[in-house]
Amino acid sequence: MTTSVNPADIYSLARHYRFQWEEAQQCYVLLFPEGMIKLNGGAGEVIKRVDGNKTVAEIVIELQQAFPDAPDIEADILAMLQLALEKAWLEKRN
Amino acid sequence: MTTIGNNGVAASKTNTQPLWLLAEVTYRCPLHCAFCYNPTDYDKHTQNELTTEQWIQALRDARKMGALQLGISGGEPLLRDDIEDIVREARKLGYYSNLITSGVGLTEKRIQEFKEGGLDHIQLSMHDITEEINNFITNTKTFELKKKVAAMIKGHGYPMVLNVVIHRFNIGHIKEILEMAEALGADYVELANTQYYGWSLINRSQLMPTKEQIDHAEMITNEFRQKVGNKMKIFFVVPDYFSDRPKKCMNGWGEVFMIVTANGDVLPCHSARVLPGMAFPNVKEHGLEWAWKESPAFNKYRGDDWMKEPCRSCPEKEKDLGGCRCQAFLLTGDAESADPVCTLSPNHHLIEKAIEDAKNPQLQAQPIVFRNDKNSRRIAAGEAPELVKEFHALP
Repeated sequence: MTTSVNPADIYSLARHYRFQWEEAQQCYVLLFPEGMIKLNGGAGEVIKRVDGNKTVAEIVIELQQAFPDAPDIEADILAMLQLALEKAWLEKRN
Repeated sequence: MTTIGNNGVAASKTNTQPLWLLAEVTYRCPLHCAFCYNPTDYDKHTQNELTTEQWIQALRDARKMGALQLGISGGEPLLRDDIEDIVREARKLGYYSNLITSGVGLTEKRIQEFKEGGLDHIQLSMHDITEEINNFITNTKTFELKKKVAAMIKGHGYPMVLNVVIHRFNIGHIKEILEMAEALGADYVELANTQYYGWSLINRSQLMPTKEQIDHAEMITNEFRQKVGNKMKIFFVVPDYFSDRPKKCMNGWGEVFMIVTANGDVLPCHSARVLPGMAFPNVKEHGLEWAWKESPAFNKYRGDDWMKEPCRSCPEKEKDLGGCRCQAFLLTGDAESADPVCTLSPNHHLIEKAIEDAKNPQLQAQPIVFRNDKNSRRIAAGEAPELVKEFHALP
């Protein structure tokens, strides 16, 4: 039922989801009815850039520039977005 | 982790954070549901509710400790006229906030203020597709109102979270209930099988369905889930009495969950006050940080130091932490015994007996004791021993 993430896709957070930095936990969290997810550093950086405007390809480039020492992060980013899509944290905008 | 302080009292060492804060802002309620988990002696807590300022202080203190999810519950929270203030403060502090309501008292004006104040979602209780069962189990005429409120919630762009407590009277209608939820545009549906605490424990034989009914309901739920996919998320909570192993109650005592009750008691779970010999902290006397980290009550059943056999040497002890302390006490009279839900518990026969009792037409036909002030006062005053004789800990 869920489709695959493509470079030209644009996503936003699903309606009713909130993403915020948590000082007490020192991590980003995703909040939604009846639940919450603590995002590890990498996942937080990806979700932070999902804003309803950037394409997946643009997010990948931005992260590659932000973390030039991290080798071959593209596959990780796509896997993260795929997981987020399957979990219905994201909505496709285009 | 617990260390013993030099005064000999278990003193605090916990790195856990109360991620979920439940504010049970009042025990007053216009509904009289037979399955309510509220304390049967709630009536004594209706005259000494926390003030708006005290609630706001509690919200601030819990947020500093890492609390993120806020449930505003009761009783019926809308019976207080300061929920708007509480909601605004919650949003300012960064909570994801949820109003848990019967819908009674929700007006256009109030929902608009909640929206502007930043309330994140509203969880509405529904009871059945039939007016007859809705009105019977809640002992009120609220069927039409709930549908109107559901439309109002949807109309204001809120995610719609429906909570349906399941019992013998509505378990045959699961498919129809899910169809109703879909038609109302629900985003989340919780089919919460009745657990037996508080009022529902008194009414256990009248409310409990059979194992076959629960299995069938779960099957229908799974089919429906396949059909609707992610559009409507359905949670089906299997009731303890029909599991082989106990739940990891509250995800562990004092691990992630904290309740502040109407009168300011700070609890690690909804029904902890039934446990004997426990002095729970109160926000009128202690800060929430002390309550969570230092109070003897929160440290009492944290981790597994308190366990005795068969839990202590059980390879599964970390998985379920021996189950629910309240259930253990309510059914066996010993809060430190294994939750009798567990088939490894020497008291498991009590669960089997309860399930058998619930098939007994004579017990089924006993009049239901509805949750209301009069019954609460009678129980608290010990004037209704016939209602509580089977159970150890009811006041």
